[in-house]
Amino acid sequence: MQLILIVFLPLIAALVAGLGGPWIGKTAAKVVTTGALFIGAFLSWPIFFQYIGGSAHPTVVPVMEWIRSGTMTVDWALRLDALTAVMLVVVTTVSSLVHLYSWGYMEEDPGQPRFFAYLSLFSFAMLMLVTADNLVQMFFGWEGVGLASYLLIGFWYHKPSANAAALKAFIVNRIGDFGFSLGIFGTFLVFGTVSIPAILAAAPHMAGSTIGFAGMRVDTMTLLCLLLFVGAMGKSAQLPLHTWLPDAMEGPTPVSALIHAATMVTAGVFMVCRLSPMFETSTTALNVVTYVGAATCIFAATVGCAQNDIKRVIAYSTCSQLGYMFFAAGVGAYGAAMFHLFTHAFFKALLFLAAGSVIHAMHHEQDMRYYGGLRKEIPITFWVMVIGTLAITGVGAGPFGFAGFWSKDAILEDSWAGGTVSGTIAFWIGALAALLTSFYSWRLIFLTFFGEPRWGASEHIQHALHGEEDLASEEHGDSSHSAVAPPTGTGGYHPHESPWTILVPIILLALGALLAGEIWHPIFVDPERAPEFWRQSVAFSVALARAGEDSATWVKLTPTIVMLLGLWIAWNNYIRNPQAATRFVEQFPAVYRFVSNKWYFDELYDLLFVRPALWLGRLFWHGGDEGTIDRFGPHGAAYAVGVGNRVTARIQSGYLYSYALVMLLGLIGAASWAIWWAK
Amino acid sequence: MISLSHYLTVAAILFTIGVLGIFLNRRNVILMLMAIELILLAVNINLVAFSAYLGDLTGQVLAMFVLTVAAAEAAIGLAILVIFFRRRGSIAVDDVNRMHG
Amino acid sequence: MIAIIAFYLFATLTIASAVAVIFARNPVHSVLWLIVAFFNGAGLMLLLGAEFIAMLLVIVYVGAVAVLFLFVVMMLDIDFAVLRTGFNKNLPFGILIALVLMAEVIIAVLGWEAGPTMSGRHVAAGPPVPNIVGIGQLLYSRYLFPFEIAGLILLVAMIGAIVLTHRRRRDTRPQKPSRQIARRPKDAVRLTQPEVGEGVKL
Repeated sequence: MQLILIVFLPLIAALVAGLGGPWIGKTAAKVVTTGALFIGAFLSWPIFFQYIGGSAHPTVVPVMEWIRSGTMTVDWALRLDALTAVMLVVVTTVSSLVHLYSWGYMEEDPGQPRFFAYLSLFSFAMLMLVTADNLVQMFFGWEGVGLASYLLIGFWYHKPSANAAALKAFIVNRIGDFGFSLGIFGTFLVFGTVSIPAILAAAPHMAGSTIGFAGMRVDTMTLLCLLLFVGAMGKSAQLPLHTWLPDAMEGPTPVSALIHAATMVTAGVFMVCRLSPMFETSTTALNVVTYVGAATCIFAATVGCAQNDIKRVIAYSTCSQLGYMFFAAGVGAYGAAMFHLFTHAFFKALLFLAAGSVIHAMHHEQDMRYYGGLRKEIPITFWVMVIGTLAITGVGAGPFGFAGFWSKDAILEDSWAGGTVSGTIAFWIGALAALLTSFYSWRLIFLTFFGEPRWGASEHIQHALHGEEDLASEEHGDSSHSAVAPPTGTGGYHPHESPWTILVPIILLALGALLAGEIWHPIFVDPERAPEFWRQSVAFSVALARAGEDSATWVKLTPTIVMLLGLWIAWNNYIRNPQAATRFVEQFPAVYRFVSNKWYFDELYDLLFVRPALWLGRLFWHGGDEGTIDRFGPHGAAYAVGVGNRVTARIQSGYLYSYALVMLLGLIGAASWAIWWAK
Repeated sequence: MISLSHYLTVAAILFTIGVLGIFLNRRNVILMLMAIELILLAVNINLVAFSAYLGDLTGQVLAMFVLTVAAAEAAIGLAILVIFFRRRGSIAVDDVNRMHG
Repeated sequence: MIAIIAFYLFATLTIASAVAVIFARNPVHSVLWLIVAFFNGAGLMLLLGAEFIAMLLVIVYVGAVAVLFLFVVMMLDIDFAVLRTGFNKNLPFGILIALVLMAEVIIAVLGWEAGPTMSGRHVAAGPPVPNIVGIGQLLYSRYLFPFEIAGLILLVAMIGAIVLTHRRRRDTRPQKPSRQIARRPKDAVRLTQPEVGEGVKL
């Protein structure tokens, strides 16, 4: 019963706020939606504690019949087990805090009921996804979050860049969804059912069999897992379907925090962990997952080092951390992957929301080159962001550590301990990425909060000083890729701390970032407590966890070492010797351009896909639609009538005797007909 | 003996001459109107010949009506010609070319 | 015997004058040849015993229509020198068509038989009456309606001809009775009280 409330209250709230917004007013809409999510959160945490305590069992709550067609039976049913409990907590907590945060952040926006309705709609879809008992219902949630993401990225729809970003997100997601649906079709074909428990039970029996695909014989489970993973690649912005995530920053910051940090992008990880028994039957698929995750991890980390927009740095950081989760799943450490998902939700949402607080204080200026010295002006935000950065870089030693310390270290230890080739490669890549993570995270802190104020030259600040109306919809990312810092100067503007509706959520999330890892790491990853907690909701490998715990000391210390190294580099380049960054760019301009242009992926895709698609579209438009259908249809018919008209008009020459001649011919014709035929 | 076919042949020849006259002349429109009168005359001869050889007076009544209508038509045609001449200043057939589509 | 000669005379003259109508150079000559054709046509009809129709032909066609033609020809200021003579390029085509037409007519005539309604209706029962009496009897009984309609056609033609060719004279100023009748007293008469010795302003 509580599960039904948790899942469906956001839907009802979304409908009320979305459809009834004009009547009930924006305050009522905000209260209804935020209230629904907070109720969901208050109901989810006890469930989570029950699973921790070991007193709960996996249950299925049926809701309604859906499809009965031949041998296919698909019903609406909500599944509850440990994995679901974790996700419920994550989704409802972050969503409710984001709802509260949006009260302050979106205050001047005219479309607030619509915004809150979309947020609640998204929450509903995500909850459907995580409580899905069968693949089709999961796909429904999958599509729902994609739709909500499109609606929210393009929330400020009068901005063409927002529209384009929303379209890009949806289209790239679609590609992933195509793979996912092929996977569902294949699963139904092979197993005869789409119900997840049935599939997971039957999966080991199918290992090693083959299936015909596109004319070739391939291993069944590998094929199915790879197809399903394509969906995860799209939804979780892994290489090569990652291009939509940075552009999704066009949406308001609460959206970025909720969707593109904590929940929607983690749906792919959730799906892989949920179907982990399937993935366990195919080493090829697991290797692919590992390599893709590792590649994404390092790629995004490199690109994040060269971004000037505060939100984009955090976006690439998200992409990179998702890579961590995937390669953790790939080496078999599903518990560690889910743990990292759990902690990452807290500190990434924290980072985004705190960044939003900075943006709010800086009057919607997002370019870090115009920040500097903010720790004196907005101290609460400063401390909260520091906590978040400590969490993401994984600061900790011995039994005490911030959230990222526990989860990231678990991932790296387990990948080393697995002993496989892919695991080892992933370990080194992960370590290197951790260095870069530390570097760019501290770079962000130093650029924003330390040094001399540089915001005098900023356009947005000028607007603020002259009292011009500056809506949140006008915020934009960096338009140039220069690393040169603008001149110092405040311009006479003093940023102020954000209102309590913004501060309370980020303080709560900071608490989570501080303590979540500390309190709950045993149940997620410890080989003693974890199996009891997970109870076959994921394929938790006790042996792997034990080997991870027993790995060599240097393995355990590696993350801390690289973290300190990254911190030192950032401090050196941005505090002690600020010109070092500029000199680096001058010495390696090609490297800088390559990295800051996101490895030219967008340009590559434009060349390979966008232009041919547009060309094809134009071909069908001019050649097909206009040239063929129109030409033989309406346009052609009208033109033929005109042509025929002109031809027949020439018969009417105007000359009298030709008319007489025609009359005579007609008369002869009639006479002939009368004589010869009409008898 | 003069039979019906003699008269009919005469009428046919007259008819043909009238038709020829309509569109052979390049000179003026009055000739066209006069050729129309010739055609009507041929028709009248036909009607009267049939009436005589069949003994039925209907043909002659019809011939009278034809005569009436021919007179009316000649009047109107000439009126049109007159105002056409007022506008164009000539009655050459080639100049009557304003009714084109 | 006389009848045969008369027939061939009249027939030949009719056809010859018809040809002359077409090929005469002077339009006045054309009209005059037309008159000759009409006379000879009337003669043919006399031979057929339709004297009323023959006289009607002379009076109406010659006396009215041909004279009308003459009037118009002489009224229009036709410049003879400019008129193009010579045959147009349609001549062979035209002669061909005319021959075709004539052949068709002749074929039709030769193959003609009296229709089913006409057989057995040779001579009307009753004493032979003069042509005009017979026509009169038929006209005012059976063909009364077409007769009236013919009268209407003539009326319409007359009105049409007048309307078409009527021109307003611009130097006359006729009365407009409708305006005269539509005048009201208050437009025409104004009552005033003039002072002595002052007069009225008009």
